[in-house]
Amino acid sequence: MKRFWRMYGVEQRIFLRSPDVLLFCLAMPLVVFIVITMITGWKNAADSGLTYLQSSYVSLSTVGICCSAFMSIPITVVELRSQGILRRMYCSPCSPARLLACDTICSGVTAALSCLILTVAALIAGYRMEGSVPAYIAVWLLTMISMFSIGLMVASLCRSTKSMNVATSLLYFPMLLFSGATIPAEVFPAPMRAAAGWMPLGVGIRLLKSVSVGCYDNMAAPLITLAVITAVCGAVAVKAFRWE
Amino acid sequence: MNGPAVSVRELTKSFGNRKVVDGLSFDVQRGEVFALLGHNGAGKSTTIDLILGLKTADGGSAEILGMDAAKNRRRVFERVGVQLQNSRYQPNIRVEEACIEYASLYAEPADYPKLLEQFGLSGLRKNFVSKLSGGERQKLSVVLALIGNPEIVFLDELTTGLDVVARREVWRTLKQLKDRGLTIFLTTHYMEEAEALCDRVCIIREGKKLAEGSIDEVVAAAGQKKLEDAYLFFRGEEELL
Repeated sequence: MKRFWRMYGVEQRIFLRSPDVLLFCLAMPLVVFIVITMITGWKNAADSGLTYLQSSYVSLSTVGICCSAFMSIPITVVELRSQGILRRMYCSPCSPARLLACDTICSGVTAALSCLILTVAALIAGYRMEGSVPAYIAVWLLTMISMFSIGLMVASLCRSTKSMNVATSLLYFPMLLFSGATIPAEVFPAPMRAAAGWMPLGVGIRLLKSVSVGCYDNMAAPLITLAVITAVCGAVAVKAFRWE
Repeated sequence: MNGPAVSVRELTKSFGNRKVVDGLSFDVQRGEVFALLGHNGAGKSTTIDLILGLKTADGGSAEILGMDAAKNRRRVFERVGVQLQNSRYQPNIRVEEACIEYASLYAEPADYPKLLEQFGLSGLRKNFVSKLSGGERQKLSVVLALIGNPEIVFLDELTTGLDVVARREVWRTLKQLKDRGLTIFLTTHYMEEAEALCDRVCIIREGKKLAEGSIDEVVAAAGQKKLEDAYLFFRGEEELL
């Protein structure tokens, strides 16, 4: 385990040196949150029973997950593979999986940091969560794990940087814009809102919204959906994985 | 424990219709420096990949320390160091971090500050790997190949692209390693490199063995005076002699 953390330490340091993803993950949700709060913070978001402040806090707390899962994880894995770094790791007693685990943790830390910064801003803006905080954290983590498993699956299935770019763009931008993560789903017309609810990230966001206001009804279906996504995509990611 | 360090028997590999490795057999003894000689595309790297288990052979077998690397990956690579052709590193990684990372892969790693010093890289510990010169980067890849205290190292085209000084520096270090009893398996297309370092060589062309033996044996068998001439002779390019 000590050896694992030593490698993780190096990878985390390297991770912090690429400011582009980091900046976007950390700063973007914060900026959007401040803008929404200033414009319509205390107004009700459509008929959701939430104010825009409440709604956007929850949605934006998943932007870090979205960036990490659909951009940083696939890009990192495909780069490690195309540059032959995984191939080199294969020629050691340690499995290349360790390097992937380290990088996935780095992405998780970034997502958590993004959520934390947003939480501080939300608290300053006067946001108080009505629902249970531990339950919220648990659902947030499940959402993260399931989205990460999708990202890892994309990384396993894409053989080249080109196909990875296409796949991440197809996943990332719709998920970021239309699942309700940045633009509050409440402002969408009904059909679009329904579509958002079907996106994997949308499932997580809706679940998080109801937990955040202390409503724990009808949680089974979305929870199972996220668990199934994790199991299926995780299995495909492992099965289809290639070192080169 | 007294078997050969590397044993290759009737190894065969094709890509499509092209036979890249064709019934290749040879042994590398412990403590020996052995070179696979051949020009670009002769099948040297593919042979290394097959021995290391990075590719699956169509036929034949290859063993390192009596084990099949693909089946006993962990056990083999705890004792075998590798430098692959054109190794690349994570962007933004520093020399010292690469050492820490690779040392973390092994149960009993070598003391990396000592290795860096030995290879004249101590002053570059904080430098980014991407900012190193070609020679420095090649030396680092040897350091990383040695970081697990291996019994055998595989060095694929180690000195290709290096200038004369850098190449001589690498040679000097390899000689020191040889004196310490390390088994070295290398591939090269520089004949003077093979002459300077190797106990035995195997010349291949299109994946087939043309000649094998000590430098003197190979030169004598060709009736030539220098390895380079013997190499051309075995390749059937006598008109160049």
